[in-house]
Amino acid sequence: MLSVSDIVFERYFEPVFEPVSFELESSQLLLITGANGCGKTTLIRVLTGILHPTSGTIENRAGLMAYVGHYLGIKDDLSVLENLRFMRDFLGTSNRSCTELIEQVGLTRVAEQQARTLSAGQRKRCALARLLVSESKLWLLDEPYSNLDQEGVELVDEMLDNHLGAGGACVLATHGAHRPAWAGTIDYHLVSGATI
Amino acid sequence: MSAVPVGGSLSKAFFALLRRDLLLAFRRRTELLFPVIFLLVVVSLFPLGIGPGPQLLARIAPGVIWIAALLATVISLDGLFRSDFEDGTMEQFVISGHPLTLISLAKIVAHWLVAGLPIVLLSPLLALWMNLPLESLKVMIMTLVLGTPILSLIGSIGVGLTISLKRGGQLLSLLVFPLYVPILIIATAAVMAASDSLPYMQFLGLLLAGLITSLTLAPFAAASALKISLS
Repeated sequence: MLSVSDIVFERYFEPVFEPVSFELESSQLLLITGANGCGKTTLIRVLTGILHPTSGTIENRAGLMAYVGHYLGIKDDLSVLENLRFMRDFLGTSNRSCTELIEQVGLTRVAEQQARTLSAGQRKRCALARLLVSESKLWLLDEPYSNLDQEGVELVDEMLDNHLGAGGACVLATHGAHRPAWAGTIDYHLVSGATI
Repeated sequence: MSAVPVGGSLSKAFFALLRRDLLLAFRRRTELLFPVIFLLVVVSLFPLGIGPGPQLLARIAPGVIWIAALLATVISLDGLFRSDFEDGTMEQFVISGHPLTLISLAKIVAHWLVAGLPIVLLSPLLALWMNLPLESLKVMIMTLVLGTPILSLIGSIGVGLTISLKRGGQLLSLLVFPLYVPILIIATAAVMAASDSLPYMQFLGLLLAGLITSLTLAPFAAASALKISLS
């Protein structure tokens, strides 16, 4: 679904991480771990196509991908429902009703509230609901467990189980406090490219 | 590597984004009203500052109204991409696989509807304050209808380039004002020609040409600028 060979990303002429290569098939989860500042977020952003690798190739056979990063892409002045409806209309994927998805991520009670009134964990859940709206085969998640309570962590694991079980694939970056229990998990330890 | 769009049609995405931007503008009404009030205040200061002589006011009216319109547009421009850029929505747009050109165009259209159109609608009132004769008012409105979209279009390129800077707004005004000069000259020349009962269609033709050119090229340039700012 995703083939990556020898990608390098340089910032100020210095590689951020050591060359990365991997092969990701359906029902596989690539778990990127590493210390703070080793380039996990940068790698995910390179994989999304927002940043361009200095060298190496990325071959995406999955089509549209879905990404949840540190900036969640939620509009504060829109309600949870309006946020999701916009994304659904914008992406043109409308098979499932947004109210159902909101129920699935446990935000029914605040569905009509403006996103600015939500807690950090609730905002994260709203962004996770966007993964379901997008109906993508390939998920790219950057620290999906941050800000979430125990229930939220279980929600992410459950969403991952469903997604991977249905033949999806996922690249997940985490600093390692919690690891998802998926049998097809490939561990990838990212090493900082700094020479000093 | 390519992001492949699935299913979604471009026109649906365009109108979804346009509708969302208008809704957001409506939710943030104070931000919406500020440039309009600014425009009214600037124009109303001129009769107070230079005296209410009707002849003089009518003479300077086209320049005053157009300069106030330029300033009001620049004030509102910075918000064009900023909130989407800062909260991560722009990244989602890039990943969506829809062309950034289309996204820029939708946002520019929304910007003109909330920032440019009010200027056009208020221009009769401004013209009244400045004692602009009725026949010149007609030309004034036409120059604003043709000219204010150009301001939004050209401005979007500047916004795209300065968006990644924390205080990009200040640099933005330095960047776009020189580009606005030809529009200011042509538009005021048209109104002045109308005041002097001279032919003015050639100026409107030039503005129309400018509008068509910027409408075709500016969204591409703004999209490229955004791509540079994102990386």
